[in-house]
Amino acid sequence: MLEFVLLLLACQFLGELVRALTNVPLSGSVIGMALLFFGLVVIRSIPAGLQQVSSTILQHLSLLFVPAAVGVTLHLSLLRDEWLAITAALVGSTVVTVIVTGAVMRLLCGAQKLRIKNRPGSLAQISDPHTLRPEVSQ
Amino acid sequence: MSNVRQALLQLTSAPLAGLSLTLGVYAGCHWIYRRSGLKPILNPVFSAALILVVLLLVSGVEYEAYFRGAQFIDFLLGPAVVALAVPLFTVFDKMREATLPIAVAVLTGAITAAGSAVGIAWLCGASAETVRSIASKSVTAPVAMSIAHDIGGVPSLTAVFVILTGMLGAAVATWTLDLVGIEDPKTRGLAIGVTAHGQGTALALQVDATSGAFAGLGMGLTALASAALLPTLAKLLW
Repeated sequence: MLEFVLLLLACQFLGELVRALTNVPLSGSVIGMALLFFGLVVIRSIPAGLQQVSSTILQHLSLLFVPAAVGVTLHLSLLRDEWLAITAALVGSTVVTVIVTGAVMRLLCGAQKLRIKNRPGSLAQISDPHTLRPEVSQ
Repeated sequence: MSNVRQALLQLTSAPLAGLSLTLGVYAGCHWIYRRSGLKPILNPVFSAALILVVLLLVSGVEYEAYFRGAQFIDFLLGPAVVALAVPLFTVFDKMREATLPIAVAVLTGAITAAGSAVGIAWLCGASAETVRSIASKSVTAPVAMSIAHDIGGVPSLTAVFVILTGMLGAAVATWTLDLVGIEDPKTRGLAIGVTAHGQGTALALQVDATSGAFAGLGMGLTALASAALLPTLAKLLW
């Protein structure tokens, strides 16, 4: 199990390294996530120890945001002065973003399904890479 | 008696205090949250942070002193984000089925998040500092802060907006998605991740594994899209 803790840290370290060397606008941990993901795609399975470490740490993901959240104390006066604009912007934007993202995804997934369903003839379907997808043809 | 007082005072700024206080308060809040049947209003990040802020203000302990202990928890965010690769891999096939919808939904979502926040804040008469800092509020904290730096915002203020967005997203996303009748766990997860980054992902993971994985995906891609687009869009606006 310890070796997989080390693996997570190593991926993050590599991510930070990539960020420093290439100036990609991503955090080291997000690059590390991509690296680990590609590693898993290559070996095509999840080692039991990694599964265990990742579910342990992700189970308490919310806890990890608490220290940063307490940082609100540093900006109390600005928040007091502009609370109405900030509240309106954050609440409005959150609701709108959830709806827009969800609606676009639903629309496009629906369109994709429909297109595949309407394609006539089994030969055409086999030559189409979409039919390799297990769920969409039902 | 005064010895005890002095010893206690010294201990409040030692790392042990910030660390154990954070864990203790969170554990309590999480217990209540579970007992309530996961009521969004009792989101443990929000309630724990609220209690800790009040404790700091009442006791007069500086945030820096608190963070000396809390940084150990904060540090774990990095490896935790890396660990999201595991749930992501489990939905790899579902992801490939929907590459185009995911890409378009994330791009639209990332632009909507920044545009609507900036627009509403500006219309409500917020200061330029706030408007510039709020643009990257739907992006995961470390990336959001570097975007803020690039577009003339205040990174530590952006961190506050990011966290508040995460709490709000966790509180209203489920309700909003139910309202517009979106039931597919992939779509729900993606929308939550795009809107409310890691905190949203944490919530989605508690609901089910597929939406958790898609939330993680939404979070990562939103960071990428926002980092690529916001600096250019900001140049056009200010």
